Amino acid sequence: MTGISPAVVAASKLGLTFQTNDGPVQALSNVDLTIGKGEFVSFIGPSGCGKTTLLRVIADLEKPTSGTISVNGMTPEQAREKRAYGYVFQAAALFPWRTIERNVGLPLEIMGLSRAEQAERIKRTLDLVNLSGFEKKYPWQLSGGMQQRASIARALAFDADLLLMDEPFGALDEIVRDHLNEQLLELWGRTNKTICFVTHSIPEAVYLSTRIVVMSPRPGRVSDIIESTLPKERPLDIRETPEFLAIAARVRDGLRAGHSYDD
Amino acid sequence: MDTFRDKLVPVTSILLGVVILWYVFAVILNTPFQRDLDRRANETSTFSELIGKTLSQPKPTLPAPHQVAVNFFENTFLRPINSNRSLVYNAWVTLSSTLLGFAFGTALGIIIAVGIVHVATLDRSLMPWIIASQTIPILAVAPMIIVVLGAVGISGLIPKAMISTYLSFFPVTVGMVKGLRSPEIMHLDLMHTYNASGSQTFWKLRVPASVPFLFTSMKVAVAASLVGAIVGELPTGAVAGIGAKLLAGAYYSQSIDIWSALVAGSIVAALLVMVVGIAGRIVDRAMGGRPA
Repeated sequence: MTGISPAVVAASKLGLTFQTNDGPVQALSNVDLTIGKGEFVSFIGPSGCGKTTLLRVIADLEKPTSGTISVNGMTPEQAREKRAYGYVFQAAALFPWRTIERNVGLPLEIMGLSRAEQAERIKRTLDLVNLSGFEKKYPWQLSGGMQQRASIARALAFDADLLLMDEPFGALDEIVRDHLNEQLLELWGRTNKTICFVTHSIPEAVYLSTRIVVMSPRPGRVSDIIESTLPKERPLDIRETPEFLAIAARVRDGLRAGHSYDD
Repeated sequence: MDTFRDKLVPVTSILLGVVILWYVFAVILNTPFQRDLDRRANETSTFSELIGKTLSQPKPTLPAPHQVAVNFFENTFLRPINSNRSLVYNAWVTLSSTLLGFAFGTALGIIIAVGIVHVATLDRSLMPWIIASQTIPILAVAPMIIVVLGAVGISGLIPKAMISTYLSFFPVTVGMVKGLRSPEIMHLDLMHTYNASGSQTFWKLRVPASVPFLFTSMKVAVAASLVGAIVGELPTGAVAGIGAKLLAGAYYSQSIDIWSALVAGSIVAALLVMVVGIAGRIVDRAMGGRPA
């Protein structure tokens, strides 16, 4: 899968234990995973399986307590300092006092790009997420789906090759979600970025991914990795095909095998 | 029309109630003294005569609203503005030290808050002292500030302004500490993923997030500043200012003067709070605030 291109993310025997008041909690245990360039990898599992924690470790928002991980061949901290990835949170997390264009421009300001360069990139990324014409609007003037698109534009603005998305569409209704899934796939096809996508929706994971990492809780670990056989071109109604349903069934089996359906 | 029904009617009803109650108490409280006067003059007043007299004493225990209104009107509009009997002049004297103290207090409050939020040692060491500072009665501190500063040759506006500062920095500090800490974890994480420096996180996230807190605390601070300025005028032997008017009124039992100075003080306070509120709304709108 990784082929000739070097791994974008490579984790080996990765573990993370949180020290809480109720004693240590093993959020990640023995995670081995390699993600190649251009892949769309989904992490799926019940809450507490460590999927968000894994994404946060890749982003250097959490430090692993055992094992190794590299991002673009560097430590996550070095990768973060080089702005190797864009991160999309569960909520749009736009700054309410900034207009959409200034929100998208936030990382560019921080990187110290020239005004002209900023303006050019803001325009390009807003085009990419179909938000042209909303530059001067404030976040509250946009719907939830549009806000999340703006936050994706913000993550794309500084042209990182890796996009980390933590349940970005979890709070949106299903119709908006379908629409954004379609747009995300199209964007991925056009930009050839590597995407790590956390979700708890089986159809969403199957629809989007080239690879699905099934995780299970207590301790958080990878219980199965499923390669998708779906073609790169995926219209929404691919979700009714037997092939799609077969993959979804495998994901469900993987979750069951990891005791995700136990009480 | 909605503002009329929603605000004007309830406010006017309360005002009317207060005025009626005020008249009732003016009659009740001024009656003993009036009875005394009548007895000495060997007069007997009918009930309505008695009421009329209690509401027109020159030095009543509780002046009637119309007496205060007339006094206030005369001293505000009929005196030359530079006369020291003019309420406008006195209000201006107090206002200038209020504003200076408020500006100092806001700046000091912000600086302390920034220190507390960014330096862990200050967070643990400074906060108890700041809270303790506000438990000391200002009436005890004010004369000391005036005397100490007077000894080093500073008098006039600055000492009064410092008492205002003393009272007004506190709400700003508390509000700004809360405001600078108000950004969500997600926003802070976002800045972390951008590898933003401490000062970038401060200016681009913490400061804008704290602005609503700043204006809320400034509203409290500006009212406290005015109280500080008035209190500061009491022990200074100040010749002008609302505090000086209150003190002079108390010396000479000019209860009507005291009340009209109080009214002037309240109007100044209301105006100050309103101005800060309007400034807050303008800034909020400029920062993309959702119209209420």
